[in-house]
Amino acid sequence: MRWPLSRYLPDHSHINFVRLSPFAAILSVIAVIASIASFATFGLNLGIDFKGGIVLEAVTPGVAPQAQYRVALEQMGLRDPGVQGFGSPNDALLKFQPVGDGDPTPIVNSVKAKLSAEFPGIQFRSTEVVGPKVSGELFRSGFMALGIAILLMLVYIAFRFGMQQGLGAILAIFHDVLLTIGLLSLMHIEFSMTSIAALLTVIGYSMNEKVITFDRLRENLRKYRRTPLAEVINLSENERLSRTIITGATALLALGGLLFAGGASLFPLAFTMVFGILIGTYSSVYVALPVLLIWGVKRGDDDAKPLKAATARP
Amino acid sequence: MIQLRPWKIALVVIALLFGVLFALPNAVPAGSLPGWLPNQRLNLGLDLQGGSYLLYEIDTGALKKQEMTDLVEQVRTTLQTSKTVFSGLGQTPDGVTVRIADPTKFDAAFADLSKLAQPIGNTASRDLAFARGPDQTILITQPPQAGVAAASKAVTQTIEIIRRRIDALGTREPSITQQGMTRIVIEAAGLSDPEKLKAIIGKTAKLTFQMVDDTVPPADVAAGHVPPEDMVAPSDDHIAEYYVLQRRAVVTGEMLVTASQAYDPQSGAPVVSFRFNSQGARRFGDVTAANLQKRFAIVLDGRVVSAPVIQSAILTGSGQISGAYTEESAGNFALLLRSGALPAPLNVISQRTVGAELGADAVRSGTIALAIGAAAIVVFIVLAYGLFGLFAAAALMMNVLLIIAFMSLTQATLTLPGIAGLILTLAVAVDANVLIYERMRDESRAGRSLILAVDSGYRLAWPSIMDANVTTLISAAIMFQFGSGPVKGFAWTLSIGVLTSVFTAILVTQVLIGWWFRLAKPKQLPI
Repeated sequence: MRWPLSRYLPDHSHINFVRLSPFAAILSVIAVIASIASFATFGLNLGIDFKGGIVLEAVTPGVAPQAQYRVALEQMGLRDPGVQGFGSPNDALLKFQPVGDGDPTPIVNSVKAKLSAEFPGIQFRSTEVVGPKVSGELFRSGFMALGIAILLMLVYIAFRFGMQQGLGAILAIFHDVLLTIGLLSLMHIEFSMTSIAALLTVIGYSMNEKVITFDRLRENLRKYRRTPLAEVINLSENERLSRTIITGATALLALGGLLFAGGASLFPLAFTMVFGILIGTYSSVYVALPVLLIWGVKRGDDDAKPLKAATARP
Repeated sequence: MIQLRPWKIALVVIALLFGVLFALPNAVPAGSLPGWLPNQRLNLGLDLQGGSYLLYEIDTGALKKQEMTDLVEQVRTTLQTSKTVFSGLGQTPDGVTVRIADPTKFDAAFADLSKLAQPIGNTASRDLAFARGPDQTILITQPPQAGVAAASKAVTQTIEIIRRRIDALGTREPSITQQGMTRIVIEAAGLSDPEKLKAIIGKTAKLTFQMVDDTVPPADVAAGHVPPEDMVAPSDDHIAEYYVLQRRAVVTGEMLVTASQAYDPQSGAPVVSFRFNSQGARRFGDVTAANLQKRFAIVLDGRVVSAPVIQSAILTGSGQISGAYTEESAGNFALLLRSGALPAPLNVISQRTVGAELGADAVRSGTIALAIGAAAIVVFIVLAYGLFGLFAAAALMMNVLLIIAFMSLTQATLTLPGIAGLILTLAVAVDANVLIYERMRDESRAGRSLILAVDSGYRLAWPSIMDANVTTLISAAIMFQFGSGPVKGFAWTLSIGVLTSVFTAILVTQVLIGWWFRLAKPKQLPI
């Protein structure tokens, strides 16, 4: 094997990306519908910061007695008790909702005292209490952040490349976010404020991909004025292929460490980002670009700020 | 570009020095650096070093209610002073209403009461609005902006009082910050059991001395018939269940000069001793002289602490409060009295406690993940691009150094999600180099000379790199704006990483490639 490996990267690949796009479109539509269905059926496994309530992380000298925890919490008459494993086998998360609206501190303290009496050697590594008012606000501001991010991306891409590209990118971003949320809901992965951060990162990465895609396309559209759009897209994607492979692989490798060694509390974040990188790469080729194929794109020699591009011919 | 510009080299060298200088404190034991060197280390978030986060909200409803209660008393005093006969003084849902009996005195009373209004801050508006109602009534309401101003003033005062209380406690200083209009965030690093802290912070500690009204028979109290100028207060003194008190306080906690934990000279039990200021001492002296053999009550946060009988006029202005105290509880009580009462009750609405051990675990797994991620990137990029990959890896290492330096310098909080942000930043930073190198390969294949290919690699890749990083900055800015603590940390790490990565991926590799050209005099592109 010769080194560096970049010599093995395809110099002149001739993959017909565009030909596959009808199939990809069907796949995407099915995936989006499945995501929405999953979201509607299972909902999201909301974390405490969005749902409100109390979470204790308890660690015992032996394997965590999850079933006994559950019984103990139920006997205390707490609302909505839940127990789940977390990280090491000795570790468990105990979740419940406080009764009444007052200061939850006395309840937390009495629960801790009762558990300490029942399970000798138990230690509470972390305690989290989120009141209903705060959780509602966090939820709203989280989704507002997503909305504003998408809007600003649209404005930026439309400004830098053109309205069609902006819409293509936004459609792709919606596609990515919906699929990611669908997967999180299907796999019952906790959705918290950190997930919003992960989604925003996914949006950022996906946008990054769109920018690189459109950038190369714009360049080639200027270079090959008479070539049909589909061919220019194919050419650009083939030219870009080696970069896509290397960057994608680097990002996945980097996050792989996080996914497997980052610990239980970073798992949802790492998982969301890994999926987002895969889906963001896919949607650049098969959502953002096909949109241009359908709506057409302005092909002038003027520089790329055709904000009036809505008049473009297909 | 191949002719290395001196300013580029200088910039890279300066950045390297900066990075080493400011990242160094993290690599050596604390305090081992001479004083003139920077010695700020990374500011780890609560999730990494363990500690408590408390989110308090000031009870604005109670604040308004308290203000209206005070207003009723002010109206009563004002009208009594001017010997105006009135009736129907009381609170309505929006304010206070009173009826003036004598129509000829109505205008004078209205004018008198209008003087109660105070300007809001430096504005022309006043904190009370007066209206004439039917049947010689006067309606006093609080305009909305006055409520907002009062709440914001209350939050400022509360922060000051909490700070005084915590300072006196002498523990490691927690950070106290205002959030929004009515909230206060308290972050205590390293404190994994915040209950003591909460006991100090959450107490309103409103102290009053009120006369006990023994004339009301218990049957009336049970039936709810209490004269309007009296109130019923529950008692903690283990003698009576409740006391009927005169609403008007003789002396309040604001008139205290000092309070401290002491011992009762007779029983030796822990007590709280206090001294009034001259105004308080005079009033207390007058009232005790006039009410010999009657009871007065010491009331804390609406509950009677004790209700002693006045044996003799207390003219010295000092006294002691006894109850079932331990040294610690008496000390805390004295501390609360010294630091003053909160203007309104505070409620915990969110709390997060992370044990130090859990934090250490998080640091360990975060560091391992970061090391694995960085190693994977370096190995992969060197495999993929050989020597140029090595240059990119060197740039990447410098990027890590610069991020750590900037984070230490700005004392931005590094959180666990922030470490994840750092890893992703590294991946995206490499993308800039990949873009540049792929351009070089393109240009080289298109038949350009080596120097031209390298040069246009940088030139042509730049717009993409910029656009890509601007989009990341946009999402980071939004996270910063909307996110809570850990997410803000993530956004900040991401933003710093984006800026440093553009610098290292472009400038550092340029300088390295320039040197390589000079030394090796290559004939063809090695990628």
